[in-house]
Amino acid sequence: METKNIMIVGVGGQGSLLASKLLGQLLIGQGYDIKVSEVHGMSQRGGSVVTYVRYGDKVYSPVIDKGQADFIVSFELLEAARWTEYLKPGGKIITSTQQINPMPVIIGAAAYPENLVEKMQAAGVDVDAIDALTLAEQAGSAKTVNIVLMGRLSKYFDVTEEVWMQCIEKGVPAKFLEMNKKAFMLGANA
Amino acid sequence: MKQLMLGNEAVARGLYEAGCSFVSSYPGTPSTEITEAAAKYAEIYAEWAPNEKVAMEAAFGACLAGKRSFCGMKHVGLNVAADPLFTISYTGVNAGMVIAVADDAGMHSSQNEQDSRHYAMAAKMPMLEPADSAEAVAFTKLAYTLSEQFDTPVLLKMCTRISHSQSIVEPAPRVEASKPYEKNPQKYIMMPGNAKRRHPVVEERTAALVAYAENAEINRLEEGSDHCMGIITSSTAYQYVKEVCGDTYPILKLGMIWPMPEQKIRDFAASVEKLVVVEELDGFIEAHCKNLGLACVGKDKFSCIDELMPLQVAAQLAEPWQTGAVLEEQIPMRPPVMCAGCPHRGLFYTLKKNKVTAFGDIGCYTLGAVAPLAALDTTICMGASVSGLHGFVKAQEGEEPQKAVAVIGDSTFMHSGITGLVNVAYNNSNATVIIVDNSITGMTGHQQNPTTGMNLKGDPAAKIDLETLCKAVGINRVRVVDPYDLAQCDTVLKEELAAQEPSVIISRRPCALLKYVKHEKPLQADPNKCIGCKACMRIGCPAISIVDGKAKVDDTLCVGCGVCSQMCKFDALKAGKEA
Repeated sequence: METKNIMIVGVGGQGSLLASKLLGQLLIGQGYDIKVSEVHGMSQRGGSVVTYVRYGDKVYSPVIDKGQADFIVSFELLEAARWTEYLKPGGKIITSTQQINPMPVIIGAAAYPENLVEKMQAAGVDVDAIDALTLAEQAGSAKTVNIVLMGRLSKYFDVTEEVWMQCIEKGVPAKFLEMNKKAFMLGANA
Repeated sequence: MKQLMLGNEAVARGLYEAGCSFVSSYPGTPSTEITEAAAKYAEIYAEWAPNEKVAMEAAFGACLAGKRSFCGMKHVGLNVAADPLFTISYTGVNAGMVIAVADDAGMHSSQNEQDSRHYAMAAKMPMLEPADSAEAVAFTKLAYTLSEQFDTPVLLKMCTRISHSQSIVEPAPRVEASKPYEKNPQKYIMMPGNAKRRHPVVEERTAALVAYAENAEINRLEEGSDHCMGIITSSTAYQYVKEVCGDTYPILKLGMIWPMPEQKIRDFAASVEKLVVVEELDGFIEAHCKNLGLACVGKDKFSCIDELMPLQVAAQLAEPWQTGAVLEEQIPMRPPVMCAGCPHRGLFYTLKKNKVTAFGDIGCYTLGAVAPLAALDTTICMGASVSGLHGFVKAQEGEEPQKAVAVIGDSTFMHSGITGLVNVAYNNSNATVIIVDNSITGMTGHQQNPTTGMNLKGDPAAKIDLETLCKAVGINRVRVVDPYDLAQCDTVLKEELAAQEPSVIISRRPCALLKYVKHEKPLQADPNKCIGCKACMRIGCPAISIVDGKAKVDDTLCVGCGVCSQMCKFDALKAGKEA
């Protein structure tokens, strides 16, 4: 099988590490070779962050370069736009419509671009935009945005809901399990 | 059972399986998780040392005691530990000793992008370079075998993409290893007479290691169908070459990056029409090839600047690569920022307001350099704020007095700020040193240090008292401020700048991300009181923005620190209602 590429992008502190951990568990369970690559350190302090997930028969590069991503899962709209160039022609962007102003916008040195979903679509990009923050709050906590988006991603995967749920059970503490399962279903069915 | 493991966790797994029982390190991105993961194995004693030099010397002592030992650090940490490095190359080891160094090409979290492979050559010490997590385990174990076989510490070279990538590892059981200590002054006392006898031993050892490298399995030849070129590569660069070219060209993958084989490389070059070296950062393998008199393509094609990426490899090897859709849109940058509630914020605002020259240091507080605070003048390396300030102030004595301070974190002060402060006191410069004490090593992800009262394993430990320490080295004026209290910060800063003797201000409040820190309720902006003057925006808090001309607080980010409300003359920022 040709190597598949998923990028998880967002703002440092949004919880992308748990999402990539969940995906890693899922894919290793399917018998794939897999690499998950992320950057720790300074960028996690509210900067733009990216995690690369690659799987297939044999995976070499730990990173995904421009034009290679089958899926870009974005926790924040501006970040989806920032990484659009990394999407493979025919790939799909799954993004939360949440907007978090970066410091240049906060201090008035730059403007947050408007109508980004439409602009991405105009550039020929297949965008699946959902209000993941509201769904996460419905599930019980804004912190489950990551699981809402994984639920959304699951729609495009040939893996049963049961297998996803088993991975969530392994990845999250028991007391948050029901909330996360709910978040996953809300994302999948939104 | 197969497991997905971070490169750094894989090194720790290798330590465990190899029977390593002593680990001493100082945290530094991207190396930190090696030691954190090692600490989780009950069979391994693991500690945070105050700096990399101390860590390396401690690991050396442990190997003399007959225990397989380890120290890990980032590339710039090896600069700090370079002094013992060069001499323990002469003494060799008793039980095996491994030193991991993690480079940060692309400077994701570093102040330079030095290539640590040069240290292996300079210190005449073998260096292994894994290309994924499975190799990180295997090479760590091999490093101990080589260390004991060739009587030398062995360097294990990691980098951001190997350290922070997870790939598949099959764990194996631990094999215990230990031997007795035997006195051997000729080997271990490096005074000139003994060292003169050890240097030829080192040269013979390198020759023996070259012979080993000729046939070592980790210097692997991979056949290709097209001999129009052959590629010598290692580490991440190997992965990118395979990604781009597959099995097309013959590849010599070097797992041992120093010393390198000679005949093996000559034979490889002779078997292909053109020799190409693909490596990240400097032309280290390339220089070796050229020393052997072999023509090759190298840094003339692949830049020594920034991370190597697959696209660059494809472009230079003329391999096809499809690119993605480009948005015709200016996307604002999203640089890292100080967190909402960060205790450093109030302090940096005070520095900016007082227009002081500020010598910065290494840590989260380097973000004090970013707009709108923009309150730093320099950042060089660990500890340089204090010593740099001393020179800056001393050189201008007798002239118009300078308003200048050093800003250094608690962990960095322990690492290498103390010696600078000793110099301030001993040579009596009118310096004002600010220790931003957030009770943790923040930037690398919350590691304990000698000022926190806890050790790596989370057990209670001796706690250095900063006030007593500063007084003991000869600083008479030691003040403590709460950085959430802007008026107090301002008053104390002015007093200490005016004082005609050295002084220390300890700006003390725990990191807002620490789990035990209890936060206040988020503030709310009262739109009836806010006049849109944007005074609150001068502190660069990510939780405040101006919406429709008025301040708005993001209650998912705000921790109620109250610094912004002290900026507001209109009483518009106040504690939110009961939730």
